[in-house]
Amino acid sequence: MSMIFGVPLAVLSGQLLIGVINGAFYALLSLGLAVIFGLLKIINFAHGAMYMLGAMVTVIMFDVMGVNYWVALFMAPLLVGVVGVLIEYFLLRRIAGQDHIYSLLLTFGIALLMQGVLTNIYGVSGLRYSMPDLFKGGINLGFMFLPYYRAWVIGIALVVCFGTWFMIEKTKLGAYLRAGTEDAQLMQGFGINVPLLVSLTYGFGVALAAFAGVLAAPIYSVTPVMGSHILITVFAVVVIGGMGSIGGAIITGILMGVVEGLTKTFYPPASSAVIFLVMVVVLMFRPAGLFGKEA
Amino acid sequence: MTMMKKLLTSAVASAMMATGAQAAISNDTVKIAYLADMSGTYRDLAGPNGLKAMEMAIADFGGEVNGAKIEVVSADDRNSADVASSTVRRWVENEDVDLVAGLVASSVSIAVSDILEENDRLGIVSGSAASSITNEHCTPNHIHYVYDTYPLANGTASAVVKEGGKTWYVLTADYAFGHALEGDVTRVVEANGGEIIGTLRHPFPTPDFSSFILQAQASGADVVALANAGADTTNAINTASEFGLTQSGQTLAALLLFLNDVKALGVEAAQGIQLTTGWYWDMNDETRAWSDRFMEETGARPTMIHAGVYSSTMQYLKAVEATGSDDAQTVRKQMMDTPINDMFTKNGVIREDGRMVHDMYLAEVKTPAESKNEWDLYKILRTIPAEEAYRPLSESKCPLVNK
Repeated sequence: MSMIFGVPLAVLSGQLLIGVINGAFYALLSLGLAVIFGLLKIINFAHGAMYMLGAMVTVIMFDVMGVNYWVALFMAPLLVGVVGVLIEYFLLRRIAGQDHIYSLLLTFGIALLMQGVLTNIYGVSGLRYSMPDLFKGGINLGFMFLPYYRAWVIGIALVVCFGTWFMIEKTKLGAYLRAGTEDAQLMQGFGINVPLLVSLTYGFGVALAAFAGVLAAPIYSVTPVMGSHILITVFAVVVIGGMGSIGGAIITGILMGVVEGLTKTFYPPASSAVIFLVMVVVLMFRPAGLFGKEA
Repeated sequence: MTMMKKLLTSAVASAMMATGAQAAISNDTVKIAYLADMSGTYRDLAGPNGLKAMEMAIADFGGEVNGAKIEVVSADDRNSADVASSTVRRWVENEDVDLVAGLVASSVSIAVSDILEENDRLGIVSGSAASSITNEHCTPNHIHYVYDTYPLANGTASAVVKEGGKTWYVLTADYAFGHALEGDVTRVVEANGGEIIGTLRHPFPTPDFSSFILQAQASGADVVALANAGADTTNAINTASEFGLTQSGQTLAALLLFLNDVKALGVEAAQGIQLTTGWYWDMNDETRAWSDRFMEETGARPTMIHAGVYSSTMQYLKAVEATGSDDAQTVRKQMMDTPINDMFTKNGVIREDGRMVHDMYLAEVKTPAESKNEWDLYKILRTIPAEEAYRPLSESKCPLVNK
């Protein structure tokens, strides 16, 4: 068998594919963060909690009402999106225009509250969620066994990412959004309801996180603390990609999944740190991030 | 004669109580502190329900000892040795705490036991796993009660090797506890004629195990062993089942699983997994009766840690009662001299290194067909006698042990 740095090629191909799958999660999550920061200038520390909420809602809806996976795929992001709109309307709006640190602290507080309350009710051992029957099993690719569900995750995550990018960068609605955040007063003058647009944008951003949460429910332990682990990593991804760059967040997400996957193969103990290492290097040479515009 | 002496002593002691002269119990109060992870990864195996178990023991004891009242304080250590140290320092230096119980993360227990030794107070470690706590880190001021990594490896690893699992690949959590467990497993596997063909140290915590499971599959080992705990273990087991690890002929051995982990996994995913435990709620009438009471209080079945906290608190209070003192050394000596016979164990003995040795159990997770309800999870395959389960004193590195 051919080897690369002492690792069989077959194993390496498997690890690359796994990296892309994990990268798809990072892409979805960092995309939501980038949308919220890029358009609203809010540093959303509640993003991990919203991801967690998406997964928890999926499990709870199934346990209580028997709501299946496919319905949850729409319902959970919708519900969490509504929560996001309410948070924006009642809380974030009051500190709009203040220093970034205010929104950071407020959203961090919201995240801790949600995590604490749910921990008290559900504990931290994890809630069980069965894989939908359609996705049970997998396919042998020769170099690895690929569970069907992981293949679905890559596919749907890429579709949603591209759809979001297209909507914001290429459609009229996206143009309104970008213009509204650039000069709110002018847009108001044109008869556009900017405050509503802002609420919806925040709701949409956190709905993306919730969507990633639904995707995670069948494969990861669903616990109230699951979001706090991933949040910091995803922030690093956004910083590497360039704060606020929509396309950058997607590409960097997948790229970082692959970098992490390779580290897990060659030197596993460093795998939780490698993304931050990349962040440091990128900040040294391109302070605005790989895809960010130099200020 | 000794019996007579004891009777006499306690008669004198009770007479003194009756007249209100309780000089030996400081401040007329026995103050017990409970320290554990109350909100993080290890919350469900000890956490707030462990505090409940402790309060149950105090209530069952009568709420006071020799006329002195029993006070309880508690705190969340957030799995941080720093947080734990400053909390315990305040407790023993300013608040006259006599006993610190609970103690989950191994790093926390080791840090706390040093402070207890400095101040000559007592600690009872129920939640931690590292066998070093009563080996190189032993002190005359703490007791390790429920289990440690030595019997975990002895029970599960030797059973799996004997069933034909000769080559092993170990996935280890990259910190003190994981390293200790990996070491104990290596010793047991090699002693039984098996071989470790690879180890992989993963960061703690790791949310996604797919990459590591893939490497374990590629290793071709008979057995993939998990030397980790909590969410890392459940995540690894779920991912292994998703990637068809056992279907392709490899055996999965989880070295540390708690009841709450197995419940979270469910019998569908966890069936057939063998594990070593210090106690199980559904072993006999006595364990069931206590567990029913616990469930009424908390809504959950107790883990071995919860039962251990109850049992050790009882053992402590009985020793305070018998000696009429809350002095750490007096009480510890009395606890060592009295074998433990209760719902937790029969003939459990606390050794001079602080290790409470008792029978352990090799269990297997039931199949969905066998499991009658959500807490009906284990069948006990074998009792591992105390002397076989724990590290013999002859191998001890603890300076307190006279060899």
